[in-house]
Amino acid sequence: MVYLTRVEHFNAAHKLYNPGWSREKNEEVFGKCANENWHGHNYELYVTVKGDPNPDTGFLFDAKRLSGIIRERIIEKLDHKNLNIEVDFLQGKMCSTENLVVGIWRELAPYIPAEVRLHAIKLYETPRIYVEYLGE
Amino acid sequence: MNEVNKKVAVFRREHFNAAHRIFNPLWDDEKNAEVFGKCSNPHYHGHNYELVVKVTGVPDPETGYVIDLKVLSRITKEEVLERFDHRNLNLDTVFFKELNPTAEHIAMVIYELMRARIDPALDLQIRLYETDRNFVEYPA
Repeated sequence: MVYLTRVEHFNAAHKLYNPGWSREKNEEVFGKCANENWHGHNYELYVTVKGDPNPDTGFLFDAKRLSGIIRERIIEKLDHKNLNIEVDFLQGKMCSTENLVVGIWRELAPYIPAEVRLHAIKLYETPRIYVEYLGE
Repeated sequence: MNEVNKKVAVFRREHFNAAHRIFNPLWDDEKNAEVFGKCSNPHYHGHNYELVVKVTGVPDPETGYVIDLKVLSRITKEEVLERFDHRNLNLDTVFFKELNPTAEHIAMVIYELMRARIDPALDLQIRLYETDRNFVEYPA
């Protein structure tokens, strides 16, 4: 089994704010991340697929084509967007990196080519904070 | 030793995460989109900004420091991070109510804030990364 990862990035605004709570409770739980007018991040997205190399090409899958799929299905929806307001698969959910990574998996999985299987989505919110989802 | 030529540059790196929108309020949406592309999205987007503060001078003969980097970090936090971190630059700061928060303008604003707190005998330069690939320096 060989694992191929493609890295993409998107720049987005978001806030962590539970509408069912008071402002005080949001600030107590989320601190500065609850800022009403949002803040932002350069997100780094790592999409890992797995499979066996094709004997003719030596590829698991063409990484440029994988990039195209990720950009069309995910980056177009997220880049330079406000995650709380403009992303259909996050509506009604908290805009945490955890929920984002699960949402990205579910959006992307149907478009992963049959030659490989989606193995992991890893998403860096900052260089020091990242989450991973393995589809479990 | 000729101390005049013994200048050293010291650097402190900090970061802040902020939302912003790049646009000219005198233009219509179409022109803003044409000039600024996705950066003019009306609902804002954001960045992890990386800030590098460069201070240049002759090391103090008593301490060996150009400037105590703990002090420089504290000044940067007080003047910059407190104002910009986890904020919306257009909506939450006084500086960008009318000034377009491009990386260029942000660096210039940061310079003025820091310049007021740093010994005038020391040179100051701000480098600001909007992304890994796009960064600005001021003064150039």
